[in-house]
Amino acid sequence: MPHIQLPEGIPGIASGFAYRPETAKPMRDLAHVLLFEPGNTGSLTSGERELIATYVSSRNDCYFCQTSHGAVAAHHLDGDEELVLQVKRDFLNSPISAKLKALLAIAGAVQQGGKQVTFEHIAEARRHGAGDLEIHDTVLIAAAFCMYNRYVDGLATWQPEDAGMYRKMGEQLATSGYAR
Amino acid sequence: MPHIQLPEGLPGIRGPMAFRPETSKPLNELVEVLLRGPSTLTPGERELIATYVSTQNDCYYCQTIHGAIAAAHLDGNEELVRAVKRDFLHAEISEKLRALLTIAGKVQKGGKNVSSQDVAHARELGATDLEIHDTVLIAAVFCMCNRYVDGLATWAPDDPELYRQRGKMVARDGYVAANLKNLSPATHDLVSK
Repeated sequence: MPHIQLPEGIPGIASGFAYRPETAKPMRDLAHVLLFEPGNTGSLTSGERELIATYVSSRNDCYFCQTSHGAVAAHHLDGDEELVLQVKRDFLNSPISAKLKALLAIAGAVQQGGKQVTFEHIAEARRHGAGDLEIHDTVLIAAAFCMYNRYVDGLATWQPEDAGMYRKMGEQLATSGYAR
Repeated sequence: MPHIQLPEGLPGIRGPMAFRPETSKPLNELVEVLLRGPSTLTPGERELIATYVSTQNDCYYCQTIHGAIAAAHLDGNEELVRAVKRDFLHAEISEKLRALLTIAGKVQKGGKNVSSQDVAHARELGATDLEIHDTVLIAAVFCMCNRYVDGLATWAPDDPELYRQRGKMVARDGYVAANLKNLSPATHDLVSK
């Protein structure tokens, strides 16, 4: 049961959003820029961005976020749910680019704490072609999911285990984005 | 030196905010609502929660600037801010705020650490659902901001007077207005739309 009286029948972060629309709006807008519509300067694909979000959420052990963003990622990646599972389990040995592996290593460091990001992490990402904006967005996506995950679990929101529901949610978010 | 090339002369989160106006807009709107919007928690209490979480995350810039903003809201009482950072259970704050800081400290370690007892205790001391919600979200937001600031290895000045002056300005004008001064005229127009 959630720690506070949230609107019933709404899963995960959506219940917090329905409870407090004033904070929901900037939280949705932030996700929209970071994951869906990063602007023409953003060279990471939405699929890659969602994989970073999914990976951080799985490191934070947030069921709702890793499952919903995993579904969004899979939708962006031609339905490749197996790839999403591989990235969560062991991204270094998954069939993704060397650049994305280096960015996921940065995201994993941010999840532990900002100071865990080293010059070596950054140099490795640059060696594989990552630019300042990609590094910036990776750090902020990882940091933002340290927020979303804590919000979802810190309120003990309802997180149903229903693969079909998450798949549908994934399709909808991958198609329309997060802003309302 | 920062990990990426940020606009020079802007300390802490202000560098990346100026670097990426598209993300700074919702970030500033979020802290504006949470820390300054209508609430039964005072701005001083909310800034103390932000300061405490930033201290637990060992983020020098965030704990210092939000400590300065808190002090500005609390008649300049910097000693109280230090006491909360050091040992809030023995600081001269309300029992309710102590219970909310306990919840914030649990969120800092991870959302699942917040227990029903933590929440029940805060409620017994008069905390409402909305106050508990906002405490959880303030703590979560600073787990983001702290990681953003340190994850990019941003620059932070040492001079306490700089934080004191900026703290007074943000306490008076708010986050959205203060952030506009970080930006060039062109991005200013983009963000203020």
